[in-house]
Amino acid sequence: MIETRELTKHFKDVRAVDGINLTVARGELVAILGPNGAGKSTTLRMLTTLIPPTSGSAEVAGFDVVRHQREVRLRIGYIGQGNGAGHSQRGRDELISQGRAYGMGVRAARTRADELIESLGLAEVANRTVSTLSGGQRRRLDIAMGLIHAPELLFLDEPSTGLDPQNRANLQEHILRLRAEHGTTIVLTTHYLDEADSMAERVIVIDHGRIIADDTPRQLKAKHVGDRVILGFAGPDGAAEAARASGGEQRGAQVRITSDDGPRLAARLAALGPDSIEVVRPTLDDVFLTLTGRSLREDASAPESELVEA
Amino acid sequence: MTSLVTDTRVVFSRELRPVLRDPFTVIFSMIQPLFFLGLFAPLLPDSPDGGSPLQWFVPGIIVMSCLFGSSMTGSNLLYEMQTGSHERMLVTPLRRPALLIGRALKEIVPMIAQAALIVAVCIPFGFELHLAGALLGLVILAGFCIGLGALSYTLALASKNKEWMFWTVQQTLLFPLLLLAGVLLPIENGPGWLQALSRINPMTYVVDAERALFNGEVLARGTLEGLVAAVLVGLLGLAAGVRAMRRSD
Repeated sequence: MIETRELTKHFKDVRAVDGINLTVARGELVAILGPNGAGKSTTLRMLTTLIPPTSGSAEVAGFDVVRHQREVRLRIGYIGQGNGAGHSQRGRDELISQGRAYGMGVRAARTRADELIESLGLAEVANRTVSTLSGGQRRRLDIAMGLIHAPELLFLDEPSTGLDPQNRANLQEHILRLRAEHGTTIVLTTHYLDEADSMAERVIVIDHGRIIADDTPRQLKAKHVGDRVILGFAGPDGAAEAARASGGEQRGAQVRITSDDGPRLAARLAALGPDSIEVVRPTLDDVFLTLTGRSLREDASAPESELVEA
Repeated sequence: MTSLVTDTRVVFSRELRPVLRDPFTVIFSMIQPLFFLGLFAPLLPDSPDGGSPLQWFVPGIIVMSCLFGSSMTGSNLLYEMQTGSHERMLVTPLRRPALLIGRALKEIVPMIAQAALIVAVCIPFGFELHLAGALLGLVILAGFCIGLGALSYTLALASKNKEWMFWTVQQTLLFPLLLLAGVLLPIENGPGWLQALSRINPMTYVVDAERALFNGEVLARGTLEGLVAAVLVGLLGLAAGVRAMRRSD
């Protein structure tokens, strides 16, 4: 569905995208993850024909993004960072215009708009001026606009930025449903780790305009970080003994051991008789930290953990 | 399959819809022309042949209203560039020229509505309407406002991320164009340099043509000059606008 060769974009002296080779097969759901300014959006803008690459090439939905812009545009849907609907327009009118823009007849566009209004729960607000809608409602309208022509490939640029957790969950549900029902190929950029983790079966990590990792979230974590099993004891003596027996690292009354399969190791280590066993699964942020030495999180919060009572 | 004409129609009707849904917006951009009509026109002396000074003044105010409205219209695009709906449209298969032409053509509708409103307001005060000439006048004015609208969109596209630039340029050009076209006071009695500047202002010819046409002088030499000036502004605006739209991202 997507095939790029050394795709590169320079803005004056800045290499925003620096030689990306990317292949996405039909039906995949891919998340492009990276910090702000990593080159995610620039990559997406090249793939959606908004800007031409400085060098390299990209084929999207079977057509070259520079030589056959129109063919590409007919086949893709794009939901950008902003609001697709004009603020002085009404939602339903914009949906119909959008359908017309893709060559649908008035009647077909109207029917399709009705369908999307229904399925995205916009019935009550579709006839209101867009500027009066809430952020979440506008975002759902954006999605409806991106889907009007039932594209085989959908791009979403930071779809959930600025949404509250409830609207974010709602949006993710829509995206997953779309894929389940229509087999749409989906490429989205995000800097929300949990979003990439829970939705995508393939995560591409971009930093400084380059792909630095490309795998399933599970594989990325196993390959680059691994699980940590933490055994807790009543005092340092017990911990020292357990550290010797398990080959782990002692820290006070705790012993830490790294493993590809934390839960299995934890079950085995229960025999050492600890007071508590904690299995810490890595997050994509840990992966990012290992790969780049920097954290993606703006606010460093506690890692996800599973507490297993012994 | 769609064509440039279909694409243009899609863009045109999209642009027009908010105007039709809320016709009151047509009046916002003509508030200043209405002030000039209400507060400046009463100061004008009667014309030498004893007719109402409105016969001379009103056609100029109609052109002024077109100048104010069409030159501001780029701000709508500027706003859509900020919110993201322009970007959304750039990713659709709509042809780039249609994105510009459809928008520019829409300017004709508020222009005609404003002209009709101004005439309707002035008839009770002694303005005499010569319909055939006035209709031809609107045809010329259509070309002029398409060009102005297109230039305003060009300016908006050039002002990406610099909203202040749009308003600075637009406001700076507005009054020189207006005054040099002799809308408020005749230029004929002014100094030579002012007359020279007036002669290179295309709006001068449009205003002269409108004055002749709204007074029923269809075959005046000024009619042709006004038509040529309007068509030139129209073509120049569309050429610049299409070029800018093709480069837009």
